[in-house]
Amino acid sequence: MTSIPLVALVGNPNAGKSALFNALTGARQKTGNYPGVTVERHSGRFALDDGRPVELVDLPGTYSLHPTSPDEAVTRDVVLGRQAGERRPDALVIVVDAANLDNHLRFAIELIALGLPCLVALNMVDLATRDGLTLDAGKLAAALGVPVVETVAVRRRGLDELRALVSDAIHTVPTPAGSLPQMDPLALRARARAAAREAVVAERSVRKTTRMIDSVVLHPVIGPIILFATLFVMFQLVYSAAEGPVDMIEGWIGMLTDWVRAVMPDSLLRSALIDGVIAGVGAVVVFLPQILVLFAFILFLEMSGYMVRAAFIMDRLMASVGLSGRAFIPLLSSFACAVPGIMATRTIEDPRDRLTTILIAPLMTCSARLPVYAVIIGAFIPDAKVGPGLGLQGLVLFGLYMAGIAGAMLAAFVLRKTVVKGEGLGFMMELPKYQMPNLKDIALGLWQRAAAFLRRAGTIIAATTVVLWALLSFPQVPAGSTHSQIDYSIAGRIAGGLEVVVKPIGFSRDMALALIPAMAAREVAVSALATTYAVDARDEAATEQGLRERLRAGWTIPMALAFLAWFVFAPQCISTIAVVRRETNGWKWPAIMVGYLFALAYVAAGATYWLSTFLGL
Amino acid sequence: MQLDQLPLNSTARISRVDWARLGETEAHRLRCLGFDPGVEVEPLHRGWFLFRDPLAVRVGRMTVAIRALHAAAVEVEPA
Repeated sequence: MTSIPLVALVGNPNAGKSALFNALTGARQKTGNYPGVTVERHSGRFALDDGRPVELVDLPGTYSLHPTSPDEAVTRDVVLGRQAGERRPDALVIVVDAANLDNHLRFAIELIALGLPCLVALNMVDLATRDGLTLDAGKLAAALGVPVVETVAVRRRGLDELRALVSDAIHTVPTPAGSLPQMDPLALRARARAAAREAVVAERSVRKTTRMIDSVVLHPVIGPIILFATLFVMFQLVYSAAEGPVDMIEGWIGMLTDWVRAVMPDSLLRSALIDGVIAGVGAVVVFLPQILVLFAFILFLEMSGYMVRAAFIMDRLMASVGLSGRAFIPLLSSFACAVPGIMATRTIEDPRDRLTTILIAPLMTCSARLPVYAVIIGAFIPDAKVGPGLGLQGLVLFGLYMAGIAGAMLAAFVLRKTVVKGEGLGFMMELPKYQMPNLKDIALGLWQRAAAFLRRAGTIIAATTVVLWALLSFPQVPAGSTHSQIDYSIAGRIAGGLEVVVKPIGFSRDMALALIPAMAAREVAVSALATTYAVDARDEAATEQGLRERLRAGWTIPMALAFLAWFVFAPQCISTIAVVRRETNGWKWPAIMVGYLFALAYVAAGATYWLSTFLGL
Repeated sequence: MQLDQLPLNSTARISRVDWARLGETEAHRLRCLGFDPGVEVEPLHRGWFLFRDPLAVRVGRMTVAIRALHAAAVEVEPA
């Protein structure tokens, strides 16, 4: 039992709910899941002026109380007090887009009819003003019969007034309720329009910023070029902007290793710490700057409103493989990580579209592949310039991303013709107004993602690298034996078996060895290689020889390219498989996904190896 | 005239929506996005030069992306 009042944020998609949620709760947020359904629950706390805490829950954006997706069903059930795992809110904060009252007031009127204490946040009034609208919050309050407050969540305006109104609302005793108000849709729309007319004091046509930007960004020729260039710059930046911080982190890891070596006597424990934990986790944490650059870009595109335009541009292309532009956003998120990407497919209403998107999401180059790509590219691709501001390494990286996309398109096409047959729903989406994102919101999003990444590095990756270190260190090679430690170890013997399978595609035993722990997470391949070569080294000098030099010495270029090709396609990620199982309620679809992806990886790696060998690389 | 035939940057009013041409979910979504008789619409942009699909249409004060296939279910009267 908790006595903290629960307040829910409700509103249409694109009303600026999440920005308001961030503005009110700051960093005090929790993300969980509603029981039994795959819908995320975002909650946080904030304090009223008199110091009382309030729990705020951000409900999924919805158009009406008649749901068409699981997300929308949660919103309806929460406000009706029927949702398992959630109390009925003590008050509702209804968020509406000030520039789009005709549409957003429909849902607001439906919500008000529920009888819960509520107030309306007339959000994004700055954009409405930019659009030539003059609004009167008082008149709107009179028309709706509930308090109305003007806010600009992104700029943190109107929050004090909002908190004061929340304070008033939770004093009132709610009518015990729980039934859906029956409203004629036509009458509802008429009422919404009438209320909107009341609120609009003046309407004049001004310079339409969004329309002007769109005429360039959605231009049939220039638009795709801009999108392509944006993505290209993004991938080049991931490499160049992160370079300094990466070197810095590498320096720290070196210092830490030296320190441990200095303060601990030579022992099995020191070896586990240096060659297992520090080498393993360090090799992954080093890529945090690149991952942050990528996430910052995606967050900026999302919050500015450009991401939906990208979906618009991509829709026709996606339609040719049986998907819609809606799939573009989950797929683009999958470039950071397939897990949130697959969870974002919940916004796709069509079940077949959604399933296909889930099955191809792992082909988008996630940030966990970056460490693998970065090490291999750094070791084997010369740091040459192929044009002004255009590096060969960046170009190869871009090529790998493109290979993943091409593979995904091909896979979607085949899946839509075979296991996921049927007509799709199409593409209908609101194009929100452009706005400059608040840097605080971006920083908050980055922080949440960085924390998740580091948690992963700290737990699953540390654990796997220690296990791998143990597999590599035991049994210990007897003194005077001609075997190397790797050959003699348990992991060496397992990899010996796996080697038979992957030898035809050019993989060496060390590579096969890296694939085993990389099932936990792809980036572990890098730490596994680091661990392998650190353990294999018999003297200090060889240990200090960088991983890149060791790779260069041990692998040929065709081998390295085949390894890259493998990682473009292989479903090397337990978390992704687990999340697909959860999202599809069974093992059938994850099994199909894992099967087709391994087959693709095997064929692609083999083709790459033999082709590049044939070309004499 | 059907909405997908309406030239870019010309305004019209929705006279009728042929709900039967749309699936149940499509019709529901279209209503949610404000496609009602009497509302002013204006096609603003079209997709890639080869396909000219989807369309970005201003519906009242909102801009909505919609495929030509579905826009064809919306009857308009040029203003």
